[in-house]
Amino acid sequence: MAHTSAAAAAGHKPKKSKQSPHSGMSKALIRRETISAYCFLLPSLLFFVTFVVVPMFICVFYSFTEYGLGGVKGFAGLDNYLKLFQDPIFHRGFLNTVLIVAVAVPTVTAFSLWVSSAIYKMHAIPRSFFRCVFYLPVVTGSVAITVVWKWILDPYNGILNQVAGTTGFDWLGNQRTAIWFIILILFTTSIGQPIVLYVAALGNVDQSLVEAAQVDGATKLQVFWKIKWPQIMPTTLYVMVITTINSFQCFALIQLLTKGGPLNSTMTIMYQVYDTAYRLNDLGYACAIGVVLAIIIAIFSAIQFKLAKTDD
Amino acid sequence: MTKTRDLTGTSKGYRMLSVSILVVLVLFFLFPLYWIITGSFKDRIEITARQPIWFPLSPTVENYTKLFDNPAFLWLFNIIFISFAAMVLTCITASLAGYALGKKRFIGRGVLFTIIICAMALPKQVIVIPLAQEMTLFFHLNDTLWAVILPTVGWPFGVFLMKQFSENIPSEILEAARVDGAGELRTFTSVVFPMIKPGIGALAIFTFVNTWNDYFLQLVMLTSDTKWTLPLAIANMQGEMSTDYGLIMAGAALASVPIITVFVAFQKYFTQGIAMGAVKG
Repeated sequence: MAHTSAAAAAGHKPKKSKQSPHSGMSKALIRRETISAYCFLLPSLLFFVTFVVVPMFICVFYSFTEYGLGGVKGFAGLDNYLKLFQDPIFHRGFLNTVLIVAVAVPTVTAFSLWVSSAIYKMHAIPRSFFRCVFYLPVVTGSVAITVVWKWILDPYNGILNQVAGTTGFDWLGNQRTAIWFIILILFTTSIGQPIVLYVAALGNVDQSLVEAAQVDGATKLQVFWKIKWPQIMPTTLYVMVITTINSFQCFALIQLLTKGGPLNSTMTIMYQVYDTAYRLNDLGYACAIGVVLAIIIAIFSAIQFKLAKTDD
Repeated sequence: MTKTRDLTGTSKGYRMLSVSILVVLVLFFLFPLYWIITGSFKDRIEITARQPIWFPLSPTVENYTKLFDNPAFLWLFNIIFISFAAMVLTCITASLAGYALGKKRFIGRGVLFTIIICAMALPKQVIVIPLAQEMTLFFHLNDTLWAVILPTVGWPFGVFLMKQFSENIPSEILEAARVDGAGELRTFTSVVFPMIKPGIGALAIFTFVNTWNDYFLQLVMLTSDTKWTLPLAIANMQGEMSTDYGLIMAGAALASVPIITVFVAFQKYFTQGIAMGAVKG
């Protein structure tokens, strides 16, 4: 089907033009390519537009309305956004989100790089073993991992208190410790993919450069920073971006372990979106928080791209 | 001689240290899974014991019997169906679209690719509120498995990954197919598809695992207990009967062991595919 329509289009316009930006391609060929390309793209675009683009625009629209249990009550202008600035829960959520990202991104990146450098030269079997083990928390599933941690951290029945001799201490019910356990569990579920990526990237580093440097008397550390580090930079950038996005979106952990408490000490922007929409039924405000979250993530990703570019 | 010490001598002590750290880490990363599985075979007394019980001393299947008093098989079926359907649909649509983006020069290509990249950074959860309404008001699919499947297919990561793979196909081969008179669809099925197979394999596993783990979407979309998925059911049980860890561990074991088996079996395929697709950035 795609073929016939493309051929028909090509037949109608046999005129050639050399001014086209696609050098060496005739106008007719471009048209033919464009039509067949969109035929290939159509199924995917249908899903993408219906379930990503349209909801995104509706979300932005709702963020300017007052939208409670009974549906849209009216236009709210910038009220929802102005409310954000005075909302202490949002402030807390913002700071916690920044804390999670600021701790998780460097530790995940550095740690996965360290593990990968330790294992990438091993034989295939131990290498896949280690890679598999570190990926295990991802595959086990966010809910399964979270509920087992809840049991481990249980004040009386949990293994942590029994081993540490701190019976009765509620790690998740304590304002100071709760967020650190969220970060720890997030960390264990985040390093799997970076390790897979780094092991591959380190394996692709140009060995002749490494050998040349060693002959010239470079130390291991010098070889790493001067030769390997620049070559794995694209991977580092990718790892940082996906870890940032994952940390921003961490949800199951908070919903199942603390529900943002105690006293909002584990509240994040992401969890506030859910809480505002489904517990407080303030959908307009929830959408506004969501839009702000999207903007914050975009800014963070842009900054990382900038930093990585200037590093070269 | 000092120089060789620098290169190999110091690394011996360092290697000992790094291997021992790795072993400790492996134990730490394996422990939650060990605890789920052993916990699911512990009886009530061992579960609520105040001192550590490292291994079920009197193993029992009572947690599993309790679990199957609920429609646990239905929940397991639901999550397998959702993940499988999302996987198949994503692989088909993404490989077609990725090929077009990777190999065809067409009007609007640059813009489209930028939009896809930007959408990948978008937090999925942000759009879930309007998405849930779209499902209810427009598609009448609320509280059905399709309400989870369809939005998952719309997510553009697969297109991005498949574009990375398609770019490796030499243009000469496509040209040769055209000269031989193969139509667009024929070129795709008999030339492109075999060449991007490893990518599709990686995408398949990736989509399956991610859909299985997309707790947020399941939580928002599936409300009645016959539509629950196993992870969602575990989460809800955990809320209701906060102390019955034995039952919850049985559910967690049932939910995680099949997917871990799938992952370990296809591990090589998966790790290679993901690394190949991403590093090219």
